[in-house]
Amino acid sequence: MSSGTSPPARSHAPIFWLLFGAGGMLSALFGPALVFITGIAAPLGIVIPHDLLSYPRVLALSQHWAGKSLLFVIVALFAWHAAHRLLHSLHDLGLRIGPATRLLCYGSASLLTLVSAAGLLALGF
Amino acid sequence: MSGAPAVRRPYYRRMGRWWQRDPFFRRYMWREATALAVLAYALVLTLGIVCLALGEAAWQVWLAALRSPASLALHAALLAAMVLHTKTWFEIMPKTMPMIFVGERRLAATTITRCGWAAAAIATLALLALAAGWRP
Amino acid sequence: MPEPARAAARSITLEVLRYRPEIEAAPVWQSYVVPFSEDLSVLQALQHVKDELDGSLSFRWSCRMAICGSCGMMIDGRPRLACQTFLRELLPGPVRLEALAHWPIQRDLVIDASGFIAGLERIKPYLIPRQPRPLAAGEYRQSPHELELFEPYSACINCLLCYAACPQFGLDPGFTGPGLLALLHRYNADSRDGGRAQRMAAVNAEHGVWSCTAVGYCSEVCPKAVDPAHAVNQNKVNSAIDYLRHLLAPRGAPP
Ligand code: SF4
Ligand code: FES
Repeated sequence: MSSGTSPPARSHAPIFWLLFGAGGMLSALFGPALVFITGIAAPLGIVIPHDLLSYPRVLALSQHWAGKSLLFVIVALFAWHAAHRLLHSLHDLGLRIGPATRLLCYGSASLLTLVSAAGLLALGF
Repeated sequence: MSGAPAVRRPYYRRMGRWWQRDPFFRRYMWREATALAVLAYALVLTLGIVCLALGEAAWQVWLAALRSPASLALHAALLAAMVLHTKTWFEIMPKTMPMIFVGERRLAATTITRCGWAAAAIATLALLALAAGWRP
Repeated sequence: MPEPARAAARSITLEVLRYRPEIEAAPVWQSYVVPFSEDLSVLQALQHVKDELDGSLSFRWSCRMAICGSCGMMIDGRPRLACQTFLRELLPGPVRLEALAHWPIQRDLVIDASGFIAGLERIKPYLIPRQPRPLAAGEYRQSPHELELFEPYSACINCLLCYAACPQFGLDPGFTGPGLLALLHRYNADSRDGGRAQRMAAVNAEHGVWSCTAVGYCSEVCPKAVDPAHAVNQNKVNSAIDYLRHLLAPRGAPP
């Protein structure tokens, strides 16, 4: 427990924690169904119609502003949720949290955010 | 008092593999490890978006990759991890929320957890129904 | 434990992690065999060792009734109060006793808690009135609801079991930790208190609530049902609100 007379510095963790919380809630509510639909049901052709992930349908979804935002929010919040939790996991495993570990975790999340945003914007409206 | 003078030399124990010390900690580490699945799935979706943006041929490559046994095995693991995430997320939720009062009575932690699980079940069914072609 | 085996238990072995800085460079295990009876607590077993077997064994105790908070130790790997834990729960033994995890060992089962004492001062664990209030104004009045908001957190006996259950404190002793943050919240959540702004700096710091990863074991081991994990994590919400407010009104606008 650190002591000292000047008040300790304010942490910027709230930003990352809010993203962590939002992504955690979103993935807790919809994660299992999403993984099942895109990763299991669609490839095996069970439960859902065969053309659900067909090019025209997914293209239409991602060109609609609502579909586009939805996809972006899912990818970005999932990534920021995971990045924040994994940063703490590295600390749990005995690593010191510093610029390198922050860059690794938050950098990965930024990368996924930027790439998905670029892809979705390139798809047009 | 008699004997040798008291020596003050506090001993600091190491944390080592602390999570093996207690089953509670082991469950915590599994809970935290679900983030790997969430990250992996975000990556799968990002690759899908990139393929989609590259055109129909690339999209077909992504779909074919999803049909590979390796991908199916991966997604089965991701699904298990996601379910564990859902379970544990709502288990810890009562700790992360302010006290909630209904009238005079404080809402019990178990009630909050069960409401979370129910919400996740409804969200899952709704999403599956939408994907299966049902329209409200 | 089946009944016959329990009745047959006439003695039980204690394995105690001993550390005498003038003798050992590092702690060593030592066994003692003590007579067993149904109503014997771990603390009483240790007192038997000290009185009858080995007067050099050191441990802390005072009240013998789970209220002074001084007899906390690791009992079979779990942080518990020695006076509140009975040998009959730990049959057939051996019972492993170790100083509370994550704290420096001063001697045998005695920890060095000076970091906690220093932390107590920082969190201002006392009512700070909103404005001076003359005695003539009479008592404060609180509704049952206002009482409920802080009452659980006022039950803390400073036993430090929650710290021994907190890996974040073990990994980083700078972390303010569950007990102190619960005590801080006990005053912030009190309708009579006006000191919240003074305590927020301690909450908002990296070593305040933000070292916590919501493991939740602290609340499991707390002998007084204080629920420190809830206190800490409610303050993440408070700290996040404080952060956003600070961002929007950086010139120290009144809260
Ligand atoms: S919060 Fe509970 S476990 Fe922690 S010091 Fe207080 S009484 Fe002990
Ligand atoms: S001796 Fe007082 S709490 Fe155990």
